[in-house]
Amino acid sequence: MTALLSRICVAVAAHDDFDGWRDSARALIQAGVAPDRVVWTLPGAVAGDLFAACPAPDPAPDPAPDAPPVRASRDYLDLAGRAALHADPARFDLLYRVLWRLQRAPRLMADRADPDVRAIDALARVVRRDMHKMRAFVRFRVVRDADGADHHVAWFEPGHHILRANGGFFVRRFAGMRWSILTPQGALHWDGETLREGPPASRADAPAGDPVEALWRTYYAAIFNPARLKIDAMVKEMPRRYWKNLPEADLIPDLIASAQAREAEMIALGGQESGRPPESLAALDVAVAACRRCAIGCNGTRAVPGHGPAQARLMIVGEQPGDQEERAGRPFVGPAGQVLRDHARAAGLDLDAARLTNAVRHFKHVTGTKQRLHQTPTAREIDTCRWWLDAERHLVRPRVVLALGASAARGILGRTVSLQHERGRFVPLDDGVRLLITSHPAYLLRLGDDAREAEAARFAADLALAAQA
Amino acid sequence: MTQLSTLEKLGILADAAKYDASCASSGTTRRDSKSGKGIGSTEGMGICHAYAPDGRCISLLKILLTNHCIFDCHYCINRKSSNVRRARFSPQEVADLTLAFYRRNYIEGLFLSSGIIKSSSHTMEQLIESARILREEHDFRGYIHLKTIPEADPDLVRRAGLFADRVSINVELPTTAGLTRLAPDKSVPRIEGAMDLMAGAIVEGRDARRRFRHAPRYAPAGQSTQMIIGADAASDAEIITRSSGLYGQFGMRRVYYSAFSPIPDASAVLPLKRPPLMREHRLYQSDWLLRFYGYSLDDLRAAADPAGMLPLDIDPKLAFALKFRDRFPVDVNRAPREALLRVPGLGVRAVNGILSARRQRRLDLADLARLTVSLTKVRPFIIAADWRPVVLADRADLRAMVAPVRGEQLELFA
Repeated sequence: MTALLSRICVAVAAHDDFDGWRDSARALIQAGVAPDRVVWTLPGAVAGDLFAACPAPDPAPDPAPDAPPVRASRDYLDLAGRAALHADPARFDLLYRVLWRLQRAPRLMADRADPDVRAIDALARVVRRDMHKMRAFVRFRVVRDADGADHHVAWFEPGHHILRANGGFFVRRFAGMRWSILTPQGALHWDGETLREGPPASRADAPAGDPVEALWRTYYAAIFNPARLKIDAMVKEMPRRYWKNLPEADLIPDLIASAQAREAEMIALGGQESGRPPESLAALDVAVAACRRCAIGCNGTRAVPGHGPAQARLMIVGEQPGDQEERAGRPFVGPAGQVLRDHARAAGLDLDAARLTNAVRHFKHVTGTKQRLHQTPTAREIDTCRWWLDAERHLVRPRVVLALGASAARGILGRTVSLQHERGRFVPLDDGVRLLITSHPAYLLRLGDDAREAEAARFAADLALAAQA
Repeated sequence: MTQLSTLEKLGILADAAKYDASCASSGTTRRDSKSGKGIGSTEGMGICHAYAPDGRCISLLKILLTNHCIFDCHYCINRKSSNVRRARFSPQEVADLTLAFYRRNYIEGLFLSSGIIKSSSHTMEQLIESARILREEHDFRGYIHLKTIPEADPDLVRRAGLFADRVSINVELPTTAGLTRLAPDKSVPRIEGAMDLMAGAIVEGRDARRRFRHAPRYAPAGQSTQMIIGADAASDAEIITRSSGLYGQFGMRRVYYSAFSPIPDASAVLPLKRPPLMREHRLYQSDWLLRFYGYSLDDLRAAADPAGMLPLDIDPKLAFALKFRDRFPVDVNRAPREALLRVPGLGVRAVNGILSARRQRRLDLADLARLTVSLTKVRPFIIAADWRPVVLADRADLRAMVAPVRGEQLELFA
């Protein structure tokens, strides 16, 4: 009895030799060899591993005299043929086990919830996908052969034993070309008439580049829409392990990195260069209220329009509305406005005759525990909003613009200025208007007593300058 | 103007083409070049040769012949008033580029569209010429998708299908009002007229093939269309209704949705904020439910909120199931196919598996775990041999239990 129960070693001639395996399996079933007694050995398996009991293959067992023919459903053959190409070393054990069970349960394959059927199905699906990915990701590079003809050569690293099974696809598609596909497991060569197999190759055997790749990389980068980054979806369908052999893949990190920046830029650009500026202050106010061109515009606060005469000799530009301004819908009604009012009165500057407005129209803030706290707008946000400020300036037509603080100066000039450098003197603008830059009154509120006195004096002097202009 | 290199032109004209969603290369006839004549093959299933970081498949060389345009459609980056760099390929250049890419196995074929130069008919002629060079001079057997210009001469529109596997005419916007406002040069009757013409030609071509073996194949992959989502005020219900009409009326193979994305140098009439990409995804899901899961238009409208919008946080199938709880739980061992297809978490594949396996024996939860992707999602809605969701299906907080956790994934789409 021991002989019957001993293990039988069966060699599979090649990793993808499903037909050879099928012959062996048929013989084993007819000899009544149960699945747990068969050890399948594959080429290249290290002697002494796994069951260690297979120094050499055993002779094929004799079939039982009354053995019925071996039955296998179409379903099984389809799935098994593919599953056999999987790299899993235990795949032939699984295939044999299911074939064994099929002899007693011919409808087994219909039971998709059976763990063994499920397992074969899973292997077959992986192989199918790997074959599909090979068809997708092989990239030929063209070299001139000795006879002057183009030879298309690709280096590819499949995940499973699919090279031979995939040869037909490339023949059907590129029958008129001369091509070779080199892999670590072997190679395929097509000369236009016959398909030959070659020994395992290495990356160095394939050409290093192709001039057309520059075009392909340009195409890859240009067809990508930075407004819709979906990295997970990309990696799911184009797993990283393929990247090293794809000429376009090394562009990916940069494309991702610049995508969000590019989108923000597109929105900012779109906001400024489009449409015609409003033709009246009323239209401007309506348009500003609907503006969503930057994050501040989308934060749910209401826009605070400029205030004062529709035409004014002096336009005073602040940074952005604060908490109280946003509630009141009018600029300069909060604490900083009070400072401005006090100093203006002292300097003999009539604020009621001036147009009061801001570089940024919405209130940028963080919500604190008791109140909303001011946040400085970014340069981009100021630049986005500059379009409105320009439109207002165009309508109000002041001869002098007083910019309070660096944000206001950027809103007028479009560049960041050094406040201490450029304050206190008139800067001519393109259209002949004179710009005077000074500090923002809120700055005075933040200073300590000593510093405030000196700063207040400079602020007062600047306002006096504006009053005389 | 200085002469642009092929590389520069490709950069400009591929960039200009990226707002077309479709890159499908499937659904055409099987062809190969095994005879040694010609080049290329199509095997039914399309192949995506690369994926861009936007998650979209790159299957075809998708370019414009030119991005010069005499039209001024506000949502389009190539409109007359836009400030983009312009370039133009000749039909010969397009054919050469397609072949150079195809031979290196970068692509399945060509998807050619164009801005309107000189006249619609002239442009259409140029598009057809590119395809003709590929098909007639190089015996190209790969895939060709031609965008058809509805304003062109009907004979030219008809001719496109002789060379292309697929033809498409974009409906552009889901509502007539939206089209009038955003694409002043286009008109709904024009677009629908061309679609109708194309649908007729496809049916005629198929009929001719049945009667005459050598009749030429005519657009074997049918026609498709695309609409932009989020550029006008159309609700999801309106969009689904519109596309269901397009499927029915013109025999569309696919209606593509393209979430409006902010374009450089945008027109001031457009919203600058893009709609959530998730909205596009939900629309595709509802499209699938209509076509493959036996849902009716009314079912989907019922799954939407009173404003006609589908929920963004859960898929339309789940939304429907939560609204019509009296139809659940469904007994996986007895229910008909149609009822199983309505269970959230069961796809066509899983339902096929259940139908086949339950003929062998009664299925329990462990079986279903092997047949489905996620048991948690399915469980409240089914009855199995060892499972009955007694209280679960009536719980008020069921939505919270089955809805996916809002995680990082959604942040990406926000």
